[in-house]
Amino acid sequence: MDETLLKIKNLKTRLGDADSPVYAVDGVDIEVHRGEVFALLGESGCGKSMTALSAMRLLPPSGCIIEGEAFLEQTNLFALPEREMRSVRGGRVGMIFQEPMTSLNAVLTIGEQIGEAVRLHDGGNPVGVAHRVVELLRAVGIPDPERRAREYPHQLSGGMKQRVMIAIALAGRPRLLIADEPTTALDVTIQAQVLSLLKELQHSTGMAVLLITHDLGVVSEVADRVAVMYAGQIIELAETRSFFRQPAHPYSRKLFNSLPSLGSRDRELAVIEGSVPRLNQRFTRCRFLERCSQAQDICSQQAPEWSETKAGSGVRCHLFDSLPGPQQPSGTAVSARRNVQFAGTGRLLEVAGLKVHFPIHVGVFKRVIGQVKAVDDLSLTIAQGRTLALVGESGCGKTTAGKGILQLIRPTAGSVRFDGAELTGLSTGKLRSRRADMQIIFQDPVASMNPRMLVGDIILEGMQAQNIGENRSQRQARVIDLLGQVGLPADAAERYPNEFSGGQRQRICIARALAVDPRFIVCDEPTSALDVSVQAQILNLLKDLQQQRGLSYLFITHNISVVAYLAHEVAVMYLGRIVERGSVEEVLQSPRHPYTQALLSAVPEIDPARQRSVIRLEGDMPSPSNPPQGCHFHPRCSQATEHCRSAYPNPVRLSQTRSVSCFAVNPDRFS
Amino acid sequence: MISHLVILLTDALIFLLLLLSIVFGIYASRRAHLRRPWGLVVRSRVGVGSMVVLAFYLVVGLLDSIHFHPLSQPADGAAEQTRSTEVISLFDSMVSGLRTRQEKTYSAPLATHLYAKESIELADGSTIRDFPRLQHAGVHLPDPAQKTADILKLSAIGILKGIAVSVVAVNTLIMLLAVKARSNFGEQARRVLLATGSEIPWRVVLVVLSSMLVLIFWSAELAANYHLLGTDKVGEDVFYQALKSIRTGLVIGTLTTLVMLPAAVMLGIMAGYFRGWVDDLIQYIYTTLNSIPGVLLIAAAILMLQIYMSNHAEEFNSLVERADLRLLFLCIILGVTSWTGLCRLLRGESMKLREVDYVQAATAFGVSHLQIIGRHILPNVLHIVLIAVVLDFSGLVLAEAVLSYVNIGVDPTMNSWGNMINSARLEMAREPIVWWSLAAAMIFMFTLVLSANLFSDVVRDAFDPRLRSSR
Amino acid sequence: MMAYIIRRVFYAIPILIGVNILTFLLFFVVNSPDDMARMNLGMKRVTPEAIEHWKQERGYHLPLLYNASAPGADKLTETIFFQKSVKLFRFDFGSSDSGRDIGYDISQRMWPSLAIAIPVLLVGLLVNISYALLIAFFRATYIDFWSVVLCVVMMSISGLFYIIGGQYLVSKLLHLVPISGYDTGFNSIKFLILPAIIGVIGGIGSGTRWYRTLFLEEINKDYVRTARAKGLSETRVLFRHVLKNALIPILTGVVVVLPLLFMGSLITESFFGIPGLGSYTIDAINSQDFAIVRSMVFLGSVLYILGLLLTDISYTLVDPRVRLS
Repeated sequence: MDETLLKIKNLKTRLGDADSPVYAVDGVDIEVHRGEVFALLGESGCGKSMTALSAMRLLPPSGCIIEGEAFLEQTNLFALPEREMRSVRGGRVGMIFQEPMTSLNAVLTIGEQIGEAVRLHDGGNPVGVAHRVVELLRAVGIPDPERRAREYPHQLSGGMKQRVMIAIALAGRPRLLIADEPTTALDVTIQAQVLSLLKELQHSTGMAVLLITHDLGVVSEVADRVAVMYAGQIIELAETRSFFRQPAHPYSRKLFNSLPSLGSRDRELAVIEGSVPRLNQRFTRCRFLERCSQAQDICSQQAPEWSETKAGSGVRCHLFDSLPGPQQPSGTAVSARRNVQFAGTGRLLEVAGLKVHFPIHVGVFKRVIGQVKAVDDLSLTIAQGRTLALVGESGCGKTTAGKGILQLIRPTAGSVRFDGAELTGLSTGKLRSRRADMQIIFQDPVASMNPRMLVGDIILEGMQAQNIGENRSQRQARVIDLLGQVGLPADAAERYPNEFSGGQRQRICIARALAVDPRFIVCDEPTSALDVSVQAQILNLLKDLQQQRGLSYLFITHNISVVAYLAHEVAVMYLGRIVERGSVEEVLQSPRHPYTQALLSAVPEIDPARQRSVIRLEGDMPSPSNPPQGCHFHPRCSQATEHCRSAYPNPVRLSQTRSVSCFAVNPDRFS
Repeated sequence: MISHLVILLTDALIFLLLLLSIVFGIYASRRAHLRRPWGLVVRSRVGVGSMVVLAFYLVVGLLDSIHFHPLSQPADGAAEQTRSTEVISLFDSMVSGLRTRQEKTYSAPLATHLYAKESIELADGSTIRDFPRLQHAGVHLPDPAQKTADILKLSAIGILKGIAVSVVAVNTLIMLLAVKARSNFGEQARRVLLATGSEIPWRVVLVVLSSMLVLIFWSAELAANYHLLGTDKVGEDVFYQALKSIRTGLVIGTLTTLVMLPAAVMLGIMAGYFRGWVDDLIQYIYTTLNSIPGVLLIAAAILMLQIYMSNHAEEFNSLVERADLRLLFLCIILGVTSWTGLCRLLRGESMKLREVDYVQAATAFGVSHLQIIGRHILPNVLHIVLIAVVLDFSGLVLAEAVLSYVNIGVDPTMNSWGNMINSARLEMAREPIVWWSLAAAMIFMFTLVLSANLFSDVVRDAFDPRLRSSR
Repeated sequence: MMAYIIRRVFYAIPILIGVNILTFLLFFVVNSPDDMARMNLGMKRVTPEAIEHWKQERGYHLPLLYNASAPGADKLTETIFFQKSVKLFRFDFGSSDSGRDIGYDISQRMWPSLAIAIPVLLVGLLVNISYALLIAFFRATYIDFWSVVLCVVMMSISGLFYIIGGQYLVSKLLHLVPISGYDTGFNSIKFLILPAIIGVIGGIGSGTRWYRTLFLEEINKDYVRTARAKGLSETRVLFRHVLKNALIPILTGVVVVLPLLFMGSLITESFFGIPGLGSYTIDAINSQDFAIVRSMVFLGSVLYILGLLLTDISYTLVDPRVRLS
């Protein structure tokens, strides 16, 4: 039997109309074998989703396939009439998508939506369909499937919804499952659950999986083979293990070096300069030319052809056989960079007992029937020149904590002292005069700048409000200076935010924050909307600025590797409270709280050779409006005792820097 | 000729509105985010086509908004000129022929005889009942039987004149474009006419412009010698009435939004931005106002105005002023009934915007509320306001007709399509049917509303990013 | 659920009070009852006695807010505000300026209004949704383009034209149905059919275009892609997924106007001589019968608020996201 299941040949897909075309997919060849997990890896906009949608003929209305062929076993997919194509979709090929929140129909029950797919491929006996729905729900690990089948999507958590999506995709017993960024919208512990489910299902059913992802960790975790996509083309194809051991294409190599980790924290991350070229052109040169440090004359003269390096793997690079072996990560060494050290002893920011509760109103008279305890009794200190990372999954209250500290949301209780002066309870006017000291950088580089304002005016805004600079020309000069500091040209001031890429916008946001000379910046997931290669640029910049200016950061994130690279101290948050805190080495290398342990174990390992055991967390984080009695974590904790159910554990101090809120942690045993 | 300007309230507001639009135009041309959607509008064929048609309506409306007391010429010419008490507009004086050539009663379009039989005294002293000749239509014809030939001749002359003017206009435009693009005339002409290389569909502009010009010259030629669209019950030229109604329609469509805009924008943004009791109060106000059915609120208000006017008749200098005040009042009350929709939209949008990161960032800089609203909220809801204004226009023009029909619209003495339809309706039962007033009003109204609708569609698509991406 | 409804009803009370005060101000404070009397009796040669008599007959002789000459609690109740405005809360509309019982008139005239409004609503909904679905099915083709053009053209035509044109064509030229009039029972059908058809046609333009936008908005959502990835046919995607989601805004939009159907259509009823509440209102406006207009304003507001209430309730019924949260 032929072992090729899906074969895509020279696929070219265009988006937009003929006048302003975007060649999203430009000559892609892929072969997915039976029973394997084939990963299509690439940054956003590289055309990986479009490749899959083209193969399934599910392109958005603006897209069309202009060339190429796709075969599913012997079937020519592009020659199939639409009617027969429909039996391929959901039958021989199942699909799941990135956003489980919006990918399910809100007004139909789970059972109806799965049943619909079952009926389509198994025929219509109602008893049989109901039976199969329950069977599928059970197969994807949804507890109490009979009841869940009668529920609507909004009653399920994100992870559950993705399981339902998988159940729908499995309904037709597909031979191929196309998973388009299946875990990107999910938290890391939930991601671990879904990935292991996919792996299990793949083993038990023998189907192949075409996994589309931007996450190297996910690839290393589940894929057998990997194809790297860049600017609409496959630039490298390899077995996962050899890919991670020895990436061939300069882009792949840089990608690895730009990953932050604990080991790389003493040096600058490698960055891929510039950005992906626009795909509205026809290329006569290498697409990676402008960003490649090894480029030679030939690279600018002709576009590289596909070169087979060994059976089943290859690379699209002129220099594939002349490149040196795997580079050791380069970058300025610590001695060169860490020349300025700010004493990390003084307490710049002290937060004690911070509570941010949102009352739940009901009725005409706005009767308060409950509180959403987004932040509940949070205490932390940050010294000058230091970075505290606040880590937690979505909904744990970390962003609210950041805004509460800055008094953007007025806290319900507690104290925030900045440089010795109390901030809570200050009048709006008094607070305004203190705002220059504390700034914030947001996650979404699009939403954080007013699209109607020039970049120069955006940076000026804070200076005007805080009366920094004597006159306009002085301020203008400062704007230019700041743009230079974040690595942008002076003429950027005269342009609008939408003319910049995500990474550049985040630089502008940093410049804006710096404009008022803050001493403390809340960084609210500043890199999670960015691609890995761009993330490295921003992390380097933040680190540089910290050393030059002695800035303190409260770095809010869910990304453990960023924490490892940037933070000095870590605080792990769960359901509005800090469950563990300590120096970055302490927490990341020997986590003590069961939640921290689970969180860290769930982070996919980049090196596929390294085995790890994931601590599976059952269920989802409870709602902060109704936290569990006792320790908030006990319903999901494997070590929970009766005691945990009745009382919330006080922090146990383990060392100078470290404390854990868990009854299972014994300070004596630790020392 | 213009001796004494009379500035009616609505005139003043119209020119204020014109001024505001020009200022806004200058403001928009300097802002890329506003210039870009307008660029999309003028690149759309439907967009430019409807704009040309609307421009003709606008010119008539503006000319009709400059009022003055005409000088009455004394018969002997030597004596002192006196100021007439009547108020006419610049437009009236341009088409004074249409205004003054009154017949006795109904006559059909392009007719030479009245619609109704009358006793006519013949030269020999006997009287017969027949259709009398019209006093102002086709009087140059010795024999009414020559009418058809005459009309054809006049049509040909009119069309030729129109074509001649169009050719001049087209050439001038191409020349201007050529100068602007720094290319020679021939090349520019090829680009415009073949619609290549140019993003703005000038060809559509020229075609619509030329057709409108030809139409205008054709109708002018005929209207000078006949009643192009007939006459109404009191013998007034229907074509003239329909033209005069343009101003009424435009005033209702534009001033209403102008009147309601400040309240809707201010309250909507305040409710969404400040939340809390401000929001509660504003929501209460608009829910209450909205809960009264619009027609009934207008009816009640207009009834009350009628009572007030009839009890204070001495306060009005002239019928024109009185009618004008009623028109303005109608705009205000229409505004009161229609601002709630926009207010609610803006409230929702402001509520979203106040949580957006850049507003949070501004707060983190200590920027004041007023500045945040002015700098961040207002510019980002401006497109909603613009879409609402353009979308409301055609609905308001149509509403005028219905309200006038129920007698709670504009003053019965004022020219409006609603009044034309209302008066024509009573004659529907006649045999043969008197259809021309109705048809004239419908055609003029339909053309305006259709172009406004098409235009607003284009504007909405250009300004609403959500809709644009879904195409 | 019950508690929710009761809460919503309580929420309506301040709004009704607001409406009541507003109409009171409009009808009695902007112009005094004397002015009204003068207007009603004709401007010329109105004696003060005649005015006084006119007011006395209709109960407008009382003071506006406070009756100093009345004993005890009557100081407040023997006033125009209490007699004319507060009583509206009990749906006690009093008698019209021409002496008829408004409450009785309303109860008689609402049935013809409903007889025309309900068919127009239901058939219109059916026609518009079907047409919009058809357009959505053929989206981005010439059918879509020309259908939208047709809709824009249809909504650019004044409603008056549909009525006049329809009457002329169907009744006058073809003599299919009477031009206007009304009868009881099944005989009324021949009078109702033309206005109903015209009502439906007049609403196609805006209705279809609005529904088309709703459908297209839904079609671009992620769950539709999921449905297609299951292998569902395009018609099934449209009917089962898109329609079901789009029906939520459509239905709730319909529910708002349901109570207001009682009020009838001013124009249609007066053109076709149907003795409903719409023509009742028009007659009142034309004869300047303030008592009736005032009652209709209040009734309209009550019905509108009822519509809002029903909308909220219907949301909780049709949308599982609201129902189960």
